[in-house]
Amino acid sequence: MPSEALLKIAGLTAHYGPIQALHGISLEVKPGELVAIVGANGAGKTTLLLTLSGVQRASGGSISFDDREISRMASHKIVQSGICHVPEGRQVFAPLSVEDNLRLGGYSLRSDQDRLDQELDGIYQLFPILKEKRKQTAGTLSGGQQQMLAIGRALLGRPRLLLLDEPSMGLAPLLVEEIFRVIRELNDKGVTILLVEQNANAALRIADRGYVLETGRVILGAAADELLADEAVRRAYLGH
Amino acid sequence: MFDQILQFILTGITVGATYALVALGFAIIYNASDVVNFSQGEFVMLGAMSTIALSAGNGLPLWLAAACSVAMVICVGLMLQRFAIAPARGASVVTTIIITIGASIFLRGLALLLWGKDIFGMPHFSGEVPLRIGEATLLPQNLWVMGGASVLVLGVHYFFNHTTHGKAILACSCNRTAAHLVGINVGMMMLIAYGLSALLGSLAGILVAPITFTSYDAGVMLGLKGFSAAILGGMGNPMGAVAGGLLLGLIESLAAGLISSGYKDAIGFVILLLVLFFRPSGLFGKASAERV
Repeated sequence: MPSEALLKIAGLTAHYGPIQALHGISLEVKPGELVAIVGANGAGKTTLLLTLSGVQRASGGSISFDDREISRMASHKIVQSGICHVPEGRQVFAPLSVEDNLRLGGYSLRSDQDRLDQELDGIYQLFPILKEKRKQTAGTLSGGQQQMLAIGRALLGRPRLLLLDEPSMGLAPLLVEEIFRVIRELNDKGVTILLVEQNANAALRIADRGYVLETGRVILGAAADELLADEAVRRAYLGH
Repeated sequence: MFDQILQFILTGITVGATYALVALGFAIIYNASDVVNFSQGEFVMLGAMSTIALSAGNGLPLWLAAACSVAMVICVGLMLQRFAIAPARGASVVTTIIITIGASIFLRGLALLLWGKDIFGMPHFSGEVPLRIGEATLLPQNLWVMGGASVLVLGVHYFFNHTTHGKAILACSCNRTAAHLVGINVGMMMLIAYGLSALLGSLAGILVAPITFTSYDAGVMLGLKGFSAAILGGMGNPMGAVAGGLLLGLIESLAAGLISSGYKDAIGFVILLLVLFFRPSGLFGKASAERV
């Protein structure tokens, strides 16, 4: 039996002005797990991740990370506590160099430059293309390379929980495969991952467990292979 | 003729160095938050006025008065950010710009109440014996302005290109959400940007006050000139702002000398309009383009 949950969300709600985007989400992620959240556009997946990392304020409910309540914490404190977020659409710092992007990812390590250099080497080993292009500005990279950069940047924050928002969005099929392989590899190395995807098929195939989100509510939560086999889920999200 | 032009150029560089510092202040805050801070000129005025008040009124030595005054203006900049700009988080950029205009009117009013409408002079830092270069002359204070500006510009350049905090401020400007997500304390970076701009503004005011004199409303014109220089160089490009400042100072000085001093200010603003018409991204600005 796996140990206590690393992340435990209970009754989480969030609003954009008068519009409620999350209607009492409850879910948990255990250490070492790869959990996928699937759902259609507008289901609240991105809002959920932004609320976890403190960019969007929760209007109610609780988020407990490692037994600490973080729903009222400032975003930079949340990063320091070990949640790193690869945002939807990559969001690299386009005018800055690839290496600067990565170093900013290690912003919380800034007092320990030696350590930062080591971690940077690790990322360059994982994504050799980034080393090759480290002096270029991030805006000149291709979509796939920017995605690797965004993941690398988040990894430099030494996450205990990595949040991935639509990492396959807008990428060619070969690159999607590559990105998912990397995600799987990271998880095998022990990084706990919460993955949000519209590409439900690919996400559930690498995940341990999955949740289905619909209009701001969790409507289903089960082992990933059960969800893949579920007739209703197949029809609604897997396209066959 | 040649000596005359040399004289205009030397004057132009001095004035331009002041504009450059003001423009740099504009560029830093613009870079960090997309906001044009129209109280930048007031930082310049406050630096000069409070130095004069402390040294003449309270009898502090000039250097100590200047140091206290810079520290005070930095506090003003920090308070402006903390109590006027930060609470409007989420407001549009235009709203925030209007807040800075309001703050500039407030600061000018405060200066008027404290020091009245008189024009004040400041003693030169190291005497008023002019140095001769050919037939042209140069006051030691001109050298102070040029040297001080160079040191500050190099310092700012180093800060943004070689320090983690400098790059973190740039990161806030290119993608604020992502800056939050990598753990940058965005609020703190905004404070640093305003503090740094106030530092530059107040030092510019102190360096140039012995030459130009100062009064409670001196910040208006300097602010507008600095803004023109920042636009000229390409808003958001710090080194462009510096080049824009020097260029504007040179053009003004040459125009004043060769055409008529009555048109000096007009020429600066005509250039601003021309740049906005024909090259809105400025002489050294890059047209904004990014992959989405």
